[in-house]
Amino acid sequence: MATGKSTREAFGLALAELGAELNDIVVVDGDVHNSTRTEHFAKRFPDRFFNVGIAESNMVGVAAGLASSGKRAWLASFACFVMCNAYDQLRMSVAFPCLDVKVVGTHAGISIGEDGPSQMGIEDVSLACSLPNFTVVVPADEPSMTCAVRAIAKLKTPAYLRAGRPNVPIVYENGCDIQIGKANQLRDGKDVTIIANGLMVSAALAAADQLASEGIQARVLDMHTVKPIDEAAIASAAADTGKIVVAEEHLLHGGLGSAVAMAVVKQKPVPMRFVGLNDCFAESGPPEGLLQKYGLTAADIVRAAKELI
Amino acid sequence: MADISIADLKTKAKIIRKEIITSTTAAGSGHPTSSLSAVEIATALFFGGMMRYDAKKPDWPDRDRFILSKGHAAPLLYAVLAEAGYFSADQLPTLRKLGSPLEGHPNMRRLPGVEASTGSLGQGLSIGIGHALAAKMDKKDYRVYVLLGDGETDEGQVWEAAMSAKKYQLDNLVAIVDQNGYQQTGPTAEVLDLRPQGPRWEAFGWFAQEINGHDLEAVLNAFEKAAQTKGRPSVILANTVKGYPLQDLLKADPNHHGKPLKADEAEKALALLDQMVT
Repeated sequence: MATGKSTREAFGLALAELGAELNDIVVVDGDVHNSTRTEHFAKRFPDRFFNVGIAESNMVGVAAGLASSGKRAWLASFACFVMCNAYDQLRMSVAFPCLDVKVVGTHAGISIGEDGPSQMGIEDVSLACSLPNFTVVVPADEPSMTCAVRAIAKLKTPAYLRAGRPNVPIVYENGCDIQIGKANQLRDGKDVTIIANGLMVSAALAAADQLASEGIQARVLDMHTVKPIDEAAIASAAADTGKIVVAEEHLLHGGLGSAVAMAVVKQKPVPMRFVGLNDCFAESGPPEGLLQKYGLTAADIVRAAKELI
Repeated sequence: MADISIADLKTKAKIIRKEIITSTTAAGSGHPTSSLSAVEIATALFFGGMMRYDAKKPDWPDRDRFILSKGHAAPLLYAVLAEAGYFSADQLPTLRKLGSPLEGHPNMRRLPGVEASTGSLGQGLSIGIGHALAAKMDKKDYRVYVLLGDGETDEGQVWEAAMSAKKYQLDNLVAIVDQNGYQQTGPTAEVLDLRPQGPRWEAFGWFAQEINGHDLEAVLNAFEKAAQTKGRPSVILANTVKGYPLQDLLKADPNHHGKPLKADEAEKALALLDQMVT
């Protein structure tokens, strides 16, 4: 797989493009636009860009007010800062009144590397899923992030979009279609299903290749939308393959694994395994080294799949 | 100013106070004293010609906005909105009842005229900034009023908001701090003393006025002055009495926070209001 841009860069570019088409899009920033890449929007549309300083609570409230007066409000910060520092504001000022505010959390997961645990959003998906009215989307790569920005922009309701820091492999080399709430099947197989999102989709494909070389046929689903989850695709996976591995760059509690497991037991309980961060913080280090140390690689997915077979 | 007299405004204020007492006593819960302290502020805005609105068109883009950041004063907001014609006053007795849109704290999705869903303190001023920025972007001349409690200004978000409102020179934004001197567990002077607030807001770049929040003329004048202020946001520090004008009746517990008046107290309160000169 060729390496593409980071999902944060893809987000920033897509948002700026969207800004050219829709003049009621506004962006609120907590002084991290060069990190979140909303700088692309800021440079082109300075009159529609508001940097309120390092003040996430106010950032969310200002976006809510702009949305209440008819703007399509977007805001972006590090996943951990916006979700953890401003959670009450997301809950009361955005989710409860169901406003058209799009929340983008960048630097999600442990793959941010050397900056370490204080900057790593490892609980953001769980928190976002706990906000009623929110749609939650975790794109895998540059093309799917570009599509996802457009897909959630069509919603009139709040959404959380997760982006990562490093450049990531291109999963969708021939373009892609992101439909909210509909998983993309990237590989078919009869022996096991690997359900992943974000950075772990490319790892899932690499794992499927490895398993195939050992005679195990794995289905791979890109579950880019965590809420609403694609229950039909999960039910089919359970029925057709009888075993499911879920892989995410997130704490195991409350993330994709939890959402998939709930859907599985509603339809057809099957054995499952979960690849993710197991109730711990990570540490500083190079991204690749961290992903290995904390069990977020293709090899970890292969091992989990084999446990089921 | 509209051709409404101070006497007429006092009559409005009396009607609103009665609704606050009646609705919270009927509900058996709620925050009557937190509502009573801000009656003149809301009355001046809605009925003293300070705000432009059309109750038949609650989503009119050019309307002035009133955001009740101190959401626990919902009984005040509901009484004012009913009096302004957003919905029938017949609904006021349904306060806090299952199925009623008059929830314990305001829900903008269920009741016309409610500009923000509040109740978690500290959030309304930021929302007001968003509305005010939208007005500047769209070159609209509507104004945004945000009513905060003095206890509420303990919240850090209020000061984050204050700083950013100054950055954007939001002269279409007015914050009113209802300085009734009490918060949930006691006097603000004891819990977290932020007075004098004027210098604090001025240091953040705001135009600050401190007034008697029960003197309708003073309240109206302060709003007029705020409207004439250019290039920076305005704050009105309204010195009020929690539970006004029932402080004698409530002297055993002057804070009386989050508690309705008992039926006999409510009866006395209504009689007392009737005796007051307008």
